[in-house]
Amino acid sequence: MVYDKRFDGRKFDQLREVDAKIGVIPNATGSAMFRIGKTIAIAAVYAPKPLFPQFLQNDERGVLKCEYNMVAFSGSGERVRPGPSRRSKELSLVIEKALMPVLDLKEYANCAVDVNIELVQTDAGTRCAGICAASLALADAGISMSDLISAVAVGRIEDKIVLDVNKEEEDYEKGMADIAVAYSLRLDKITLLQADGELTKEQLKRVIEMAKFGCNKIREVQIKALKDKFMVK
Amino acid sequence: MKNSIKEHLFNLYGKGMHIDGRRLDEYREISIEYGISAKSAEGSARVKIGKTEVIVGIKLDLGEPFPDRPNEGSIIVNTELRPICSWKYESGPPGTDSIELSRVVDRAIREAHYLDFKKLCITPGEKIWMVFIDIYPLNDDGNLFDASALAALAALMDTKMPALIDGVIDYKQKTDKGLPLKKDIPVSCTIVYCDGYMIIDPTTEEEQFIDARLTIGFLDNGNICALQKGGDVGLSEEELMKIVELAERKTIELRKYLK
Repeated sequence: MVYDKRFDGRKFDQLREVDAKIGVIPNATGSAMFRIGKTIAIAAVYAPKPLFPQFLQNDERGVLKCEYNMVAFSGSGERVRPGPSRRSKELSLVIEKALMPVLDLKEYANCAVDVNIELVQTDAGTRCAGICAASLALADAGISMSDLISAVAVGRIEDKIVLDVNKEEEDYEKGMADIAVAYSLRLDKITLLQADGELTKEQLKRVIEMAKFGCNKIREVQIKALKDKFMVK
Repeated sequence: MKNSIKEHLFNLYGKGMHIDGRRLDEYREISIEYGISAKSAEGSARVKIGKTEVIVGIKLDLGEPFPDRPNEGSIIVNTELRPICSWKYESGPPGTDSIELSRVVDRAIREAHYLDFKKLCITPGEKIWMVFIDIYPLNDDGNLFDASALAALAALMDTKMPALIDGVIDYKQKTDKGLPLKKDIPVSCTIVYCDGYMIIDPTTEEEQFIDARLTIGFLDNGNICALQKGGDVGLSEEELMKIVELAERKTIELRKYLK
């Protein structure tokens, strides 16, 4: 079979509908909602927060603590059992690493900068949506940043490179690779890269190009959301 | 600091006012949104009461009945007080606060037989529907009890059963059949007692100084279906009956928000 038409009719380099909103959790220092297709992530930053146990503290800069969590009813099949899993712990870690390169946490010495990410509804691309929401929440919290981070999942299905895979594509059984990429346009650096599946080197190059293209589109939506909140009209 | 806030609050209560200018028996603005996780959950809803926001989702699964109730399905209510909703919470296993909240929401629904448990039985003694009600406060600005109870009811009403094919659930296929719900909705209202004043819908700031708390579930006909007292101070019979009367009046109001 040749994958020449996407299941949902999108073009190969077309994102699903993207939407972002700043300031959705009044209690938090900063917060944001990020939606891509049917995947919805909400992120809230609480900072500065006391950091224990004490040996984790750093007297030169704050410590970024991200937590990725799928709410129990957000899975596409059975209920997700509440509580940390190996998957959610790994994703929390890679999200931290994806955000760190643009953050300057000098002002938060000895404290934690807590980033809590909840997935309310999922249709693939959840870590990337989480990163986009977290990046906006950090900006909303007024934390020094050299850029926003945007992220998107790119897929290889048969011989096609497709932007922003949904669940139906992720579950494609014959010849699928799924690559999550986070990117800062200003630094021109990739800050998250995870691939599941077989790729040629040539395909990887095309994947990165496609991811950068998608991230830059997402970045426009992120910037618009920030302007909607902060720019004087 | 804490004492001066307390003094200020009690002064306001004397004038019949909440800290935000409402009357003591007045709710903040309430809104309900249905289907907020329609792709993933079988039913879902968001309730906002002022700045307090709670989302609830319903998932269905198959299970075995309890040996003492072989022909009844079951409900499982769970609350996670995630650190996203307040400075107060850390991640970790559910603490006593979240367990009490779950059990209070559970009690009103269960004891009113709002779900027809018998109709949730597929094969007596073997296979039943289990209805998971998962509560997630997103922003805690007080009165999580009423917001969670209302959101749980709304999410149950929003639920569509998934298809059952050869004894296995196909989550991708939703039927147009809802849960077996009764017409009589068990609506809960929480009244708090503070320095001798009866108060509705406290904010987090006000919740610090609560003496007693009473959550009461009412049926349409004015009968009580569940009660839970919280707080460190006792109540006299006279106080209790006054609270019951006020709570009933407020549940009539709350009922109007549910579709």
